[in-house]
Amino acid sequence: MSKPEITTLNEKSLPGPQDITRVELENGITLLVRPNFNSLAISLSGFVQAGSLYDPESKLGLADFTATCLMRGTERQTFREIYNSLESMGASLGVSAGSHTAGFGGKSLAADLPDLLEILTDILTHPVFPKADIEKIRSQLLTGLDLRAEDTNEMASLGFDQIAYAGHPYRFPSDGYPETIQAIQSEDLVDFHASYYGPREMVVVIVGAVEPDQAVALVEEKLGGWFNPKQPEPIEVPDVWPLDQTVQQHTAIPEKSQADIVLGTVGPRRQWEGFYPALLGNSILGQFGMMGRIGNSVRTQAGLAYYAYSSLSSSIGPGPWTVRAGVAPENLEKAVELIQQEIRTFLAEPVSPEELADVQSNYVGKLPLTLESNQGVASALLTMERHQLGLDYLQGYEKMVREITRESILEASRQFLDPDRLAISTAGPPL
Amino acid sequence: MTVLEPIPSIRLKNGLEIKLKEIHTAPLISSWVWYRVGSRDEIAGKTGISHWVEHMQFKGTDKFPAEKREKAIARAGGSWNAFTYLDWTTYFETMPADKIDQALEIEADRMLNSVFDPEELESERTVIMSERQGRENNPGFWLTEAVHQAAFPIHSYGHMILGDMVDLAAMQRDDLYQHYKSYYSPNNAVISIAGDFKQANLLQRLKELYEELPTGEEPPRVNRPQPPQRGEHRLVVEGPGDTVLGDVSYHAPAASHDDFFPFLILDSILSGPEGLNMFGGGGISNKTSRLYSRLVEDEDVAVSVSGSLPATLDPYLYSLDLIIHPASTPESALKALDEEIQRLQDSPPPLEELERATKQARALFAYGSESITNQAFWMGFSEMYASYDWVTDYLEKLEAVSPADVQRVAQTYLKPQNRIVGIYQPHNKGNQSL
Repeated sequence: MSKPEITTLNEKSLPGPQDITRVELENGITLLVRPNFNSLAISLSGFVQAGSLYDPESKLGLADFTATCLMRGTERQTFREIYNSLESMGASLGVSAGSHTAGFGGKSLAADLPDLLEILTDILTHPVFPKADIEKIRSQLLTGLDLRAEDTNEMASLGFDQIAYAGHPYRFPSDGYPETIQAIQSEDLVDFHASYYGPREMVVVIVGAVEPDQAVALVEEKLGGWFNPKQPEPIEVPDVWPLDQTVQQHTAIPEKSQADIVLGTVGPRRQWEGFYPALLGNSILGQFGMMGRIGNSVRTQAGLAYYAYSSLSSSIGPGPWTVRAGVAPENLEKAVELIQQEIRTFLAEPVSPEELADVQSNYVGKLPLTLESNQGVASALLTMERHQLGLDYLQGYEKMVREITRESILEASRQFLDPDRLAISTAGPPL
Repeated sequence: MTVLEPIPSIRLKNGLEIKLKEIHTAPLISSWVWYRVGSRDEIAGKTGISHWVEHMQFKGTDKFPAEKREKAIARAGGSWNAFTYLDWTTYFETMPADKIDQALEIEADRMLNSVFDPEELESERTVIMSERQGRENNPGFWLTEAVHQAAFPIHSYGHMILGDMVDLAAMQRDDLYQHYKSYYSPNNAVISIAGDFKQANLLQRLKELYEELPTGEEPPRVNRPQPPQRGEHRLVVEGPGDTVLGDVSYHAPAASHDDFFPFLILDSILSGPEGLNMFGGGGISNKTSRLYSRLVEDEDVAVSVSGSLPATLDPYLYSLDLIIHPASTPESALKALDEEIQRLQDSPPPLEELERATKQARALFAYGSESITNQAFWMGFSEMYASYDWVTDYLEKLEAVSPADVQRVAQTYLKPQNRIVGIYQPHNKGNQSL
């Protein structure tokens, strides 16, 4: 058998200290810019420290509601004026809340960057939360929750979070529940914005056809004067105690054809040193090729599911490590058993040398593809900044991946995965 | 930098058509093989067969067993997949440039040599049923299916690409293998490749791999034109949930028809811009489109509205999808929608609205062209219903559309007797039929 080809990276072509400009503004904003003059456009993204972890329990969804309302008008512009500017330029801009932060993202043709930044600044710093618009958004959010209640995948995820994160802030959905959305008043939105939106630990990333100096000057001009002394320290979330035993629950949703499974555990934080061994292990378990070992067992061999894969979240706090599959209701238990068996096998002994070589090669080889577009680079830069990975992270990436061993994968995986202490949430027709 | 330049078409002696475009911005190559076969080529009893054949194309050949193939692509860090649509089926790999040969070999091999092992076929039967069941979980799927059945009682656009469950349960290995043998041949295929290569070298390699593959018989394309609709169709689909959905679909011209580009402008004005980006690039919101402004912002009769005008070989549909506001009714939403259409039929739109639509289209191309995968996609996709000129001339043709053209298209196509109005009505919402 011939020796397998090794894919290697040209480190100089990857975004790094040589072409990323990183500037910290006096008011606490960190700006990262990477030029790309092969493109005609720019991608803008970033976050402020205004995520759903700040939601009161009786008003879950407040951060998300606030973020959605930012685009409804400012002291200077109405909703229509904002969108007329954006859509006339062929640009886009949106804000939405996650757990820790409210993220924003947009794009425009390169010449329109100043206008896009102007709109971003205006909606972040001077939103007015018009009362009539709040009711409109409330209806839209409630309709979204009605649709969520009919979505087996989303309901299985919700159930998983409640089991795996019992007692932990991550157990709540950032889009809330109908009763908590109903409880939110216009003052709550104004107060939430006044308390949490500000430049402290805010990050802005710009990638595309723009000179870094110009981008820095623009951001300084637009956002450099923003201050909010009320902004608290970012929230630190606690660890999660593992379950004592496997807990399984089913959410019955009548008249559905298929049941969805979300099964797994609470995984590591992104900054944990064993994160990458766990990530490569996860790929062998349920991603590599046609969804890894789990895809091979549940889809290819047993023919039970169209999709069956595992994923490990990259999160500031302890993120979920899950296996997901969609199956006919009569095959639900069989699929759960097959997945549990694969996890058992995965934890029994180290992965094979060939599996490790495959997945290392995959992780190194796919990097240029993920960095092809402005948005892809912006996303990588945002991750590097969020998790303090350093500007030379991508230059050291191949070495880090190649140094992972079979033993380190097993050790990292055993710390988190336990086939006898899983959260198993399913949603579909009544069983 | 010009994104959309014409490129020559190369035809090998066995009929295989090749489109190549050098792009040297990243060390990547995206390679696509397109077959002129889709759900359009299926008759009752065989619905879903094109999609199932596409699945079987991942099961391997004698030369490249499935696992070996998957591993080769994954080890290189490549991305690969396949899609079955109304008019076509396509397979792509986007790879590091120095690994593209693996993809070219795999595609040349599976053009003719897939095994269709009976056991694997049975296992895939349940996978495909599961794929359909997953879609059925979404109430919108049932509505879309019912609207298509009503729109195309004759033409085979009337069934879902995934096929009817009864056919998925009944079809046998011989049916699938026959379908494969009928449509998978070099003379029924187009290869489109974009990325970091030298054209002469790549073409030489393509000739080595593909030119000796035997020409197949002329593929039997199904041709059952849909006669004009005689009056409006209205239908109600019932199911679980709390949210009322609407699908208002008008019969629309084929992509190659002269009215298609004015129709794209109409679509953009009424329901917002649509692009041709399949792989990233994102979209542009439609908050200031006429229908969103009226139905969602002014009258609170809908929570969202969006439109789609797919580019197809035969006349297909312009579809407007609505989520009805919980405090409103489908009747109110339809009334507002009809008044907006009437407005467009009564007076041509201001030139400013047309100019905005073309600027949005230009921006969407700029975003999409950052992806080499998108660029290779455009080159082959357009060949399936027109030619690549259709894409390179796209912006020019949009710019040539006049306000009177848009008005005429609105008058010609957006008539009640040319449409199907479908409502998804939750059981517990009482009678909301139209």
